Amino acid sequence: MTTTISANPERSRGRETSLQSQRARAAFWFLAPMLVMLFFVAAWPLFRSIMFSFTDAEANDIFTGGSEWVGFDNYLSWRVRDDGSIRWRGVLADADWWNAVWNTIRFAFMSVALETVLGLLVALVLNAEFKGRGLVRAAILIPWAIPTIVSARMWGWMLNDQFGIINDMLLTVGFIDSPIAWTARADTAMIAVLMVDVWKTTPFMALLILAGLQMIPRDMYESAKIDGIHPMKVFFRVTLPLLKPALMVAVIFRVLDALRIFDLIYVLTPQSEATVTMSILSYRELQQFGDYGEGSAQSTLLFLIIALFVLLYIWLGRVDLSGERSK
Amino acid sequence: MANIQLRNVTKTYGAVNVIKGIDLEIKRGEFMVFVGPSGCGKSTLLRLISGLESITTGDLYFDGERVNNVIPSKRGIAMVFQSYALYPHMTVYDNMAFGMKLGGSSKADMEARVRRAAGMLQIDHLLDRLPRQLSGGQRQRVAIGRAIVRDPRVFLFDEPLSNLDAALRVQTRLEIAKLHHDMRDVTMIYVTHDQVEAMTLADRICVLRDGKVEQVGTPTELYDRPNSVFVAGFIGSPKMNFLEGNFAEAHGCATLGIRSEHIDIVPEGQEMWQGRVVHTEDLGSDNYLFVDVGSGEPLIVRQPGKATIPEGTVVSLLPRPGMLHRFDAAGRPVQMPIAAQ
Amino acid sequence: MIDLLTFLFWNLLYFAAFVGITLAVVFPFYYAVLSSADRSGERTASGVFWNIVFWIVVALIVLIAIFPFYYAVLSSLETGTQLFIPNYLPQSLNPANYEAVLTRPSFVSSIVNSVFVATVTVVAALFLAVTASYALARVRFRGRGLLLLTILAVSMFPQIAVLSGLFELVNWLGIYNTPWALILSYTIFTLPFTVWVLTTFMRDLPVEIEEAAIVDGASPWVVISKVFLPLLWPALVTTGLLAFIGAWNEFLFALTFTITETRRTVPVAIALLSGASQQEIPWGPIMAASVIVTVPLIALVLIFQRKIVAGLTAGGVKG
Repeated sequence: MTTTISANPERSRGRETSLQSQRARAAFWFLAPMLVMLFFVAAWPLFRSIMFSFTDAEANDIFTGGSEWVGFDNYLSWRVRDDGSIRWRGVLADADWWNAVWNTIRFAFMSVALETVLGLLVALVLNAEFKGRGLVRAAILIPWAIPTIVSARMWGWMLNDQFGIINDMLLTVGFIDSPIAWTARADTAMIAVLMVDVWKTTPFMALLILAGLQMIPRDMYESAKIDGIHPMKVFFRVTLPLLKPALMVAVIFRVLDALRIFDLIYVLTPQSEATVTMSILSYRELQQFGDYGEGSAQSTLLFLIIALFVLLYIWLGRVDLSGERSK
Repeated sequence: MANIQLRNVTKTYGAVNVIKGIDLEIKRGEFMVFVGPSGCGKSTLLRLISGLESITTGDLYFDGERVNNVIPSKRGIAMVFQSYALYPHMTVYDNMAFGMKLGGSSKADMEARVRRAAGMLQIDHLLDRLPRQLSGGQRQRVAIGRAIVRDPRVFLFDEPLSNLDAALRVQTRLEIAKLHHDMRDVTMIYVTHDQVEAMTLADRICVLRDGKVEQVGTPTELYDRPNSVFVAGFIGSPKMNFLEGNFAEAHGCATLGIRSEHIDIVPEGQEMWQGRVVHTEDLGSDNYLFVDVGSGEPLIVRQPGKATIPEGTVVSLLPRPGMLHRFDAAGRPVQMPIAAQ
Repeated sequence: MIDLLTFLFWNLLYFAAFVGITLAVVFPFYYAVLSSADRSGERTASGVFWNIVFWIVVALIVLIAIFPFYYAVLSSLETGTQLFIPNYLPQSLNPANYEAVLTRPSFVSSIVNSVFVATVTVVAALFLAVTASYALARVRFRGRGLLLLTILAVSMFPQIAVLSGLFELVNWLGIYNTPWALILSYTIFTLPFTVWVLTTFMRDLPVEIEEAAIVDGASPWVVISKVFLPLLWPALVTTGLLAFIGAWNEFLFALTFTITETRRTVPVAIALLSGASQQEIPWGPIMAASVIVTVPLIALVLIFQRKIVAGLTAGGVKG
């Protein structure tokens, strides 16, 4: 029997068993279709968009390919005029662009802050035990389930200057003495957008926070209660620190979403200077003006900003790079 | 039905050496138990034999055939897992027949084998149920039945009793012993951290420590002639008494071991050690005296029957001749004949 | 620079005021929530007071959540001048708006388009994602973490960033103004999402069951199809539903890649629904259309609410 043994330790060193290689092979074929698909719908278009941003492409050039390489001119270029003054051109020298950047950031900042605090409040309510909790949870899922466009239209109707029910309510209570054109006026349009976004997205936030709350062991509250610690103190010393990771991830998720806002503002408001965002400006440049060079430069800048936040998410969310389960 | 040989087998995960070179032969039809503290590599070793993990270096032979690169299902093994690992969506019958179905067996053949295995384990009446409708003990039997149906050369058990309560554990232990008796030529490898399971089930025990084989032998060999302090302390309950310092030097060793049942209480004057009883434990059939003889821990002395000696009494102790275990500073047995006694 | 400073200043000021106000609302209220656990035993005056506060807050949450939809339903049943008088209770049950919307061929075809696009997108994404997520969740290989991260990053892509490149691709493939353009472009967010969520679900399945199947002779494909899929179908339903909602609601790609009325999806159709003149927005039909496309979604969400919450959390918190 021992004659069949050809003990050669060198041969087996470092080689995978056929189970491992079978699985590795399978993994490759399982991943390949998805990766090919993602390459075609994500990586390649992104690459092309970035390429466009370095050309003077216009809508027609998409079909004819007659665009020229212009380097960073779409981002920033300058020309010294005869009188010696410098004329700046490009997205980075465009006041409209910076206005859109501030609008986007202001919107993201305000909406996420409001949604976090209100989401926390709703989550705390849902975390308490009371009769009808299931119904309340079902009710708050409704705004989340309504398509953004539909909620923009519903609120557009409610915020209508002449016939809107919001103006009617405020008039009845006496907060205002004449109807407000919420979505059209420069000083209220952003408020209207925030209102709708907060209404629609707070449920999502609340559910994520609720999941985080429910991961906190109940006995921690019970022992705090036995020790006679004031609930406020428990909230700041126990609940909030334990909730922080879930909260951070939820916040960054929402920030990323808010930074690319397009549909709500596009439908709810006339997209004036008061509410125009990076996505809308870029869309307008691409679709309405057909300037693929500058439009792509704008969208690339938005991509870079969001990429920055994704990195932040990875860092704060401590996503495990090894792909193993994190505890 | 298989003879298993491991030749200098190692396993590393990244930079961590889990198995550090194991040579072992498991004979055909033998019941081999791998035992050791948690983290000693016993489960990893079992998984290397099963093929679920790859061997980093070294060779594994089944009946002389090198199986390093053979997938688990082609090795002729069956495995019983700690968590039973039944397929939750399949009935007991389908659970047991799944392997044969994948192997392309005929329906009649399958039916016959499943029925026979179910008969052996008295689970015939459960064949139509789903795992969630079964008790823990029944689930473990189904898991064993699934393994029997595979008609394996080697039966692998990975701590199969740890999820059961104490009473069921004893009962299932008996059943596994009976299984071994009925399937005489099937090699069985059983992993446990419980030395009682090891002692009662094994033909031979392999004590593992830190990724290495500490000692291999029959339960009696390990109990009577442990070849290290580690094995001496691991096998047997209560744990073997160890004396160090002057007590050991008097016998020409670094550590002196004596089992609790090998110490007699003798009239004053004949003693080797003397000490005060600091605590007693009464187990009904036996009782343990904890005697402080001035070494680190109290000596445990096992006495038959009920405890009669009250705490606080000073007793004289004498180890039975030839029952002293002497170990050197490295923890290995001292071979020289006992000089001073 | 000055702009930036004033901007930051005003926003910080707003934020501070806003935080102060909310803290004042939230924390007394939180106290009430905590004491609500043993409300039954508490018959003190403050106990009763907080009890009332608690129920007022609950009522407010429910009211705010459902009022806009309620009002849309209410408006959709009113016509003529009645529509333009704000009222809080149903005044009429006139189905005229629904008739108006459903007899518009373009609206009906947009519903068909939406159903078709969302269904095909989701089925394709699930099909690709099931095997991929098995590989990502169950097979150890170098670069797995990086791959997962890339997939997560793609799901957070701003859609506008790929718009011009996709537009070129869509034209090159000759599928502009067809449902296939939308199915292709929706894959950019449904596929990473389904892969990510299914991977987290797949990781939770016990390892030993898979190992038992391997010992039984199951190949990776058999493990997926015979062992994991039957255990994963609730997760598949959840993931599929969430992806469906995502595809159903998508606006930017649908707006860009369709041009004729009959090729539009529902969100675009509703966004661009207009009357005879620019000034006259047909609010009645818009509300009716909104209700029509929302009711099935709300029904689905309410039926699967527990599973949806699990799916959302798998996609978010677990990271």
